[in-house]
Amino acid sequence: MELTTVWFLLIAVLWAGYLVLEGFDFGVGILLPLLGRDETDRRTILATIGPVWDGNEVWLLVAGGATFAAFPEWYATLFSGFYLPLFLILVALILRGVAIEYRGKSDSPRGWDRAMFLGSLLPAFLWGVAFANIVRGVPLDAAHEYTGSLPTLLNPYALLGGLATLTLFTLHGALFLTLRTEGDLRARAAVLGRRLAPAALAVGGLFLVITQLTAGKPLTWVTAASAAAGIGGSLLATLRGRDGWAFAASAVAIVAVAATLFGDLWPNVMPALDPANSLTVDNAASSPYTLTVMTWVAVVFTPLVLAYQGWTYWIFRRRLTGGGS
Amino acid sequence: MDVLDLSRWQFGITTVYHFLFVPLTIGLSVIVAGLQTAWFRTRNPAYLRLTKFWGKLFLINFAMGVVTGIVQEFQFGMNWSDYSRFVGDVFGAPLAMEGLMAFFLESTFLGLWIFGWDRLSPRLHLATIWTAAVGTNLSAYFILAANSWMQHPVGYRLNPETGRAELTDIWAVLTNSTTLVTFPHVLFGAFVTAGAFVAGVSAWQLLRRRHVELFRTSARMAMAVTLVASAGVALSGHLQAQIMTEQQPMKMAAAEALWEDETSAGFSLFAVGDVTGGRNHVNLQVPYGLSLLATDTLDGRVEGINDIQARYRALYGPGDYRPVVGLAYWSFRLMIGFGALSGLLALAGLWVTRRGRLPENPWFHRVAIWGIGLPFLANSLGWVFTEMGRQPWTVFGVMRTAAAVSPGVDVTEVAITLTGFTLLYAALAAIEVRLLLKFIRRGPEDEPGREAADTVPALSY
Ligand code: HDD
Ligand code: HEM
Ligand code: HEM
Repeated sequence: MELTTVWFLLIAVLWAGYLVLEGFDFGVGILLPLLGRDETDRRTILATIGPVWDGNEVWLLVAGGATFAAFPEWYATLFSGFYLPLFLILVALILRGVAIEYRGKSDSPRGWDRAMFLGSLLPAFLWGVAFANIVRGVPLDAAHEYTGSLPTLLNPYALLGGLATLTLFTLHGALFLTLRTEGDLRARAAVLGRRLAPAALAVGGLFLVITQLTAGKPLTWVTAASAAAGIGGSLLATLRGRDGWAFAASAVAIVAVAATLFGDLWPNVMPALDPANSLTVDNAASSPYTLTVMTWVAVVFTPLVLAYQGWTYWIFRRRLTGGGS
Repeated sequence: MDVLDLSRWQFGITTVYHFLFVPLTIGLSVIVAGLQTAWFRTRNPAYLRLTKFWGKLFLINFAMGVVTGIVQEFQFGMNWSDYSRFVGDVFGAPLAMEGLMAFFLESTFLGLWIFGWDRLSPRLHLATIWTAAVGTNLSAYFILAANSWMQHPVGYRLNPETGRAELTDIWAVLTNSTTLVTFPHVLFGAFVTAGAFVAGVSAWQLLRRRHVELFRTSARMAMAVTLVASAGVALSGHLQAQIMTEQQPMKMAAAEALWEDETSAGFSLFAVGDVTGGRNHVNLQVPYGLSLLATDTLDGRVEGINDIQARYRALYGPGDYRPVVGLAYWSFRLMIGFGALSGLLALAGLWVTRRGRLPENPWFHRVAIWGIGLPFLANSLGWVFTEMGRQPWTVFGVMRTAAAVSPGVDVTEVAITLTGFTLLYAALAAIEVRLLLKFIRRGPEDEPGREAADTVPALSY
């Protein structure tokens, strides 16, 4: 396999990992005001992601860094082109990170709860908008500079993409809370999960069908179908009280969505409205030497990271009770 | 102001802000790990109380380091897209390595440390804070390697077809001579910072005669750290100055307001100059000082601004190759000055607290409290000197700052983000300081073992 292909796959994996992991963090943040009836509830809800949220966010940083190293042109075009949406995402992530860390130490937790909610809602929506635009294609000139404006990015299809990730992450968060808590809180999260699954299926399904009709390939119809099956499976599993399976199924759904989007992109990384100006895995890539070096680094360190992050989830596997001691 | 100026302001503000938290994180992570090790070894509960007290302040600071760091990761693409296109091949590699090798390590193991008090064996739990500390230091190494490449590009070639820089030797980039001297300088600077912080906060407690034994221990330990680190900063700074004289002579000349080539050059203490005329009106000097600093000999030759400017014109074509001389001059002096004050303060502190003494007079405590600010100033000025002294280059000798900025981003956009980040950062600074003060006032918990046993872990403990 060519190294550019390897790195395209690796970046797809990093994004998929990010969306699965921070996806439930976002969902938990969005559900905080809905499910947290009292202070104990809210502390329990946040404690489910407390030990892991920062590690989850690093998936984004590494996806960004890997894009910079392996496809500098992609990194440059994407982040300068999507300037203001990215700024909003950054502000949201800042608010969110500070809220998680400072809420428990502060005297006025309610203000931080609002920051947590908004800081989770905004990126959950905007990442969908961004990916929809990437797949659909944006105006680029011959130097690969983005020539559109902010309204260009806020087209109906992209907004639908935003709604799709928003509902999907909220569902994912509800299922995560069902898995990680006990008693009344767990019951309420499960009920919410059952209500959210059909919504995610409808919105996400519509988004994927439109995507497939415009940019789809035979193989990505399979991943798109798996995404639908994942959401359906998560609904069935929560109905039966199989919390672990339900969460796993929604994780599969998110991975399948990412696979569909990246599959549709290939071999482009950022298609332009004028195909002659598109960024592809070839014209956006670093030199073979850089790719080789980075491949070795990735081969050695990715399994290590997966091992110790997996171990962390194992250490914190116990359900949290809302009761206190 | 145009996009270039605004982008420079934005990068400067967000990076200096990020680096307010960074040195404290680096230094405190090791200090906290050291205290926990002392507790693990001796089982003396005083060490546990100190670990938890400083650990909490460390975490408050760490959170800010993390959220401001995220902005840094994306700014190269957002505001400096032509830079990113040009150097991504070389510069992206250390950045990606930093994420994969260092950020994962520090974030994951810090999560384990915070929430793992009652889930991990004491030995394993101790290992988590050390692993996080290693990750933190590793991250500093990679980012400094990236930055050093901009100061002194090595291990690459210019591809004439694509017009881009391409990596040819990753090892050369990671062992760049500039990196090898910058890394110790920044680390020592971090320990000066953390030491002054711990000493100042301890002085605050001692002024109120609270937990006197605990904080006497903390204060003396911290002042020793600051003192040793100050020596390290001076030594490594000296090495840096020598490398800089060789690699970026213009920066050294500007730092000294040295206009013409000189042998037996003096180290300037105070100068008032005329930049357009290229000379000084007043210049108070330590004889032979500069030649000694820059070349290790009394009569070494140091190049002057006007001579280098003429040489660069011939080499790189017409243009002004001088940084803002006044800024380079004063940031260099004040970095050294504030750092030296910090070291002296630590020395005096160790003297007045020798053999169980504690000064009755409150003024010493007050000075130590205000002394917390000194290393923060020195660090910020050090970066302003390093980065602005490199101007007009972004990558020295290879790419000018004016060519690095994003062509597709307009003034309104940068103005929005510059205002947004500045306001947000100011608000966060106020919140962070209030929170630090709250926990400093509260002091160490009496029975730190208790809270860890809760079934619902309080968020950070
Ligand atoms: C000498 C050290 C140093 C320097 C020059 C920088 N940083 Fe930094 N950075 C750190 C040392 C550090 C750290 C000690 O590792 C931090 C600070 C507090 C923390 O949480 O980790 C960190 C955090 C941090 C994070 C968050 C990591 C996480 O989520 O755990 C990111 C993404 C960056 N940094 C990126 C950057 C970039 C792109 C820089 C260049 C402009 C930069 N930093 C300068
Ligand atoms: C944390 C410590 C740092 C501080 C305080 C700092 C400070 C600054 C300042 C003040 C500027 C503006 C200079 C000017 O425009 O006159 C600047 C520019 C810049 N720095 Fe740094 N810097 C730091 C670390 C880094 C690192 C580690 C990198 C690279 C990995 C870096 C890359 C850049 C780039 C790309 C620019 C913009 C182009 C330019 O103006 O030259 N900086 N920095
Ligand atoms: C005798 C004392 C010192 C000397 C001779 C010295 C020397 C230097 C030199 C020559 C540079 C520029 C390197 C370059 O641009 O290539 C530098 C940068 C810097 N200094 Fe110092 N310094 C001293 C004290 C301090 C202190 C006390 C601190 C902080 C506590 C500090 C923090 C920094 C920082 C953060 C930088 C920018 C990063 C870097 O390039 O290393 N310095 N110093």
